This record gives sequence, C-alpha cells and structure tokens, in this order.
Amino acid sequence: MKRPALLWQTLALLLLAAPATAAPEAIVAGLSQNRVSITADFDGSEILIYGAVKREAPAPQGPLDVIITVEGPATTLTIRKKDRRAGIWINTEAVHIDAAPSFYAVATTGRLDKILSDTEDLRYRISPTRAVRAIGLSSEAEKPEDFLDALMRIRFDEDRFRLQQGSVQLAEDTLFRADVLLPANLTEGEYKVRILLTRDGKVIDMQDRVVNVRKEGLERFLNTLAHQMPLLYGLLSLALAAIAGWGASVAFSMIRR
Amino acid sequence: MQLYLPIAEVSVNAFLILGLGGIVGFLSGMFGVGGGFLITPLLFFIGVPPAVAVATGANQVVASSISGVLAQLKRKAVDMPMGAVLTMGGFLGSGSGVWVFRKMTALGQIDLFVQLSYVLFLGLIGAMMLQESLRAWFRAKSGAPIRRSHVHTWVHGLPLKMKFRASGLYISVLPPLAVGAIVGFLAAIMGVGGGFIMVPAMIYLLGMPTKVVVGTSLFQIIFVTAFTTLAHAVTSQTVDILLAFLLIIGGVIGAQIGARVGVRLKAEQLRILLALLVLTVSFKIALDLLIRPTELYSIMPGMLP
Repeated sequence: MKRPALLWQTLALLLLAAPATAAPEAIVAGLSQNRVSITADFDGSEILIYGAVKREAPAPQGPLDVIITVEGPATTLTIRKKDRRAGIWINTEAVHIDAAPSFYAVATTGRLDKILSDTEDLRYRISPTRAVRAIGLSSEAEKPEDFLDALMRIRFDEDRFRLQQGSVQLAEDTLFRADVLLPANLTEGEYKVRILLTRDGKVIDMQDRVVNVRKEGLERFLNTLAHQMPLLYGLLSLALAAIAGWGASVAFSMIRR
Repeated sequence: MQLYLPIAEVSVNAFLILGLGGIVGFLSGMFGVGGGFLITPLLFFIGVPPAVAVATGANQVVASSISGVLAQLKRKAVDMPMGAVLTMGGFLGSGSGVWVFRKMTALGQIDLFVQLSYVLFLGLIGAMMLQESLRAWFRAKSGAPIRRSHVHTWVHGLPLKMKFRASGLYISVLPPLAVGAIVGFLAAIMGVGGGFIMVPAMIYLLGMPTKVVVGTSLFQIIFVTAFTTLAHAVTSQTVDILLAFLLIIGGVIGAQIGARVGVRLKAEQLRILLALLVLTVSFKIALDLLIRPTELYSIMPGMLP
C-alpha cells in the first residue's frame, strides 16, 4: 500500500505550499498522473484525482460538495438525421455543432441538479449538455433540441460522455478523491480537469489541471510518419502488403513440397 | 489480446482482426475477388471509422491479391497482356470515380450513393451470375451439348485487335479497356477492388475462359487497389498500417488455402457460390436502407460543407 501513503504526503505538502487566498474555503488538489501514454497495448487508463478543502475559518453552514470534470479536446461536428424518402432511409436534415468535447466525464459527490444551481451550471458549463457549444442551432433545423439529445445519447452509449453522480468520496467535508476512467478509444490532446467546490449550489472555488494524452513509441512513430511523409507511408504500406503476399505464397509452396 | 490502432484510434482484439482477414482472404483466393466488398463493412461493424476502413481494406486487398496471383501463376492461369489492358482502363475509370466521390461527399449523400451502388451492382451481377451458372450446371448434369460461347458479334469488328494467347482470344483492345474503366470507376466510388464486377464481365462480356479469369482479375486488382491505397494515404492519411498488417497476415494465409480449395471445385459451382455471396451482401445493404434504423441520427467529425 504505497500509494495512499504517498498520496497523503503529497497532500500535506500541497496544504503547506498553497498560497493563502481570499476565499474562505479553497481547494488543494492533485492528480495521480499528468500524462497518459497511448502505446500499442493501451486499453484505457484510470486517473485518480484527490485533494482537500483548506479553510482559514470554521466551515460555514450548508452542504459542501465536490464536482470534478474531465474534458477531452473539442472538435466541430455535423449531426445528420435520417428520414424516409421514397421508401428508403436517407440523410436529410443536418446540424452543425461548433465545439463538442471528444470526451467528457463529470464525477460528483451527489446528484448534479441538487448540488449545483442552474445559473452556476450555465456559467461554468458543467453538465454534459452544457459542455457542447452550439450557437445558432435553431436556424439549421426544425427541432434542434432533438439533434442535441441524439448527440448526448450516442456519446453516452459510446462511453465518451459519462456522468458519475456520487462517485466522489468526501470525508469530513475536507478530504476528497475520485477515479475517472479514460476509455480505450481516446483522442490525443490536452485533457482539462476541473475541480469545483460547491456549497448550497454555488461554486465557491475552482481549480484547473491538465492531463496530456499522447501516443508513444510505435504509435507515435506511425502517426507522425502517416501525417508528415504520407507518400513514404503509403509506399511502406504497399511494400508490407507485397512482401506478406509473396511470403505467404513461398511459405505455402514449401509446405506442399 | 487488445491492440491500439494508431490511425483508427480504437482498441481492437488482434485475433478478431486476424480471423476477419483470414475469412476474407479465403474467399478472395477461391473466387478471385479482392474481398473489399466484405472487409469494409466488417471493419465498420467492429468500430473502425469508415474512412480508415475503406483505405485500410484496400491495402489488405493488395496483399491477398498478390498472394492469390502467385498461386494462379503456377497454374499458368494469368493472362498478363489482358491484365495490363484492363489495368490501363482501370486507372482512367478510377481517376474519374475519385472526382465523382468528392462531388457526392460535398453534397452530403455519399453514404446513400455508396449503399445504392452496392445494392444495384451487387444485386444485378449476383442475379445474372446465379441464373447463368445454374443453367450451365443443369446443362452439364443433363449431358446436353455445351454451346460454344465463341459467337461473332459487333465486338469482333472493332479495330486495334490484339492476340490474348492465354485466353485464346483475338479481339480489339477497346472492350477490355472499357470494361477496365467501368470497373475502375465503380471501384473508386464503392471503395473496393472491383473483382466481383470484373469476374463476370470477363466471362460474359469478353468471353474469356473461366480458368484464366480468376488469376487475371486478381492481377489487375493488385494495381487498382495499390493506386487506391496510395491515393488515400496521401490525400486523407487514413491507411492504418497496424490494422492492415493484422488483416494481411490473416488474409494471405486464407488466400493460399482458398486458392487450393477453389481448384477442387467446378467452375459452375464456384460461380454459383460467388453469386450467392454477392447477393447476400447486396440483400443485407438493401435491408439497411429499407428498415427503420434504430438510431436515426449520426455524428460526423468536421463542418458542414
């Protein structure tokens, strides 16, 4: 059990090192890792987010809660809807999303609608629906909300969006920890981790951390080659095919002889 | 064993991919089709993004076709000059096919276009082949005299005649060029090698003997799919070499076994089986178009055109 010991030591250090802030309650937090390497055998990864609530004065009244969000790099998206035309199902309407995170997980100490007020959710863009930025959607389709619902449904099905209510453990209104599982179909880039402290539905402190997700080793090499020297990469793929095809033919004729 | 694919950006089971490659390679070696019309939908099914599936499928077809051609070469069942003429036509057709593909992508209807082409061409060719090969099979069984396919038509009046020794043909190069071009065009649009169109076209349109058809078809597929692979690698960087490697290992072994099984089967039987396979795929895609999909919405990365 080396990890918890290390964890508490780090926490103690963080508590000591944290600068005094004006806020009566502040977060001191750390991550188990600030980089994730995607190698050939990558099959998802777990990050541990831990920390403590630092107080200058006795805790005020009201329930204290912790919300942790992990957000992958955002991309633009096109959502298409199929409709029946002349007996066959074809894409008809389409809607354009300005930015939707490729991965989004929310972990909380309780039900999100109980621990976070609507105005605060709007301000900090915390619930998965709010994390998707879609401006001017209403002009693109008759029922744009259906498209957003579909986006949520598909992303949750793919495990790319996740809402883990009650998965953050908060002890003595001071120490908290949460595990967030990153899936195997991860996109490269910077993953933004936000740790928010709420009391009575209002956000009282927020901390940002970044986890770098990068392809490593063979994965990194092949990806770089494919994008920087595409012709060479293509020829390499063909050479591989030619050698394998020829090799199998030779091998089989030797077996038969 | 899970393996993370660098370009597709998904984690897959390595043995599943090896198996898929093996099955498709087996069919490829047996029938002389590249197998692109099977591998691409199968890759979609296990979660590989469509663009990567199409490009990587083409790369795997190169390998299985080379392996198949070498097996056929030993039986002297490849008509090289015919293959060269078909390939030349193929490049012309493929170039214009890529252009149409881009146009349809811009219109946002490429999925529908591809699906409809599959249903139409696979259905048509499958039905034609099934009907003809069944008739041939019954005729062979009843012992009736086999009618010579060597009938002189307007095709034989065309200029630029050339001798195709292995096929026993003395015809103009224009029909094979045209056949190659049409196949190349469809191949670029449908993201396949085009063997399932090429094989019947060579038998019924060009009157080539069945024994050289498989080898010659594979021979020209090598070049068409190599061209496709390279085009995808350069323009969209969607060839996943690790995925291709696994598919190829399974595929080349499957192709060798398939070629040997194919020799034992009668030409009519081979054609009946290929026809049934082609019809099955066509039927499956038609169903997808006709039945209400469980998820009406789909997400595509990128902007609206």
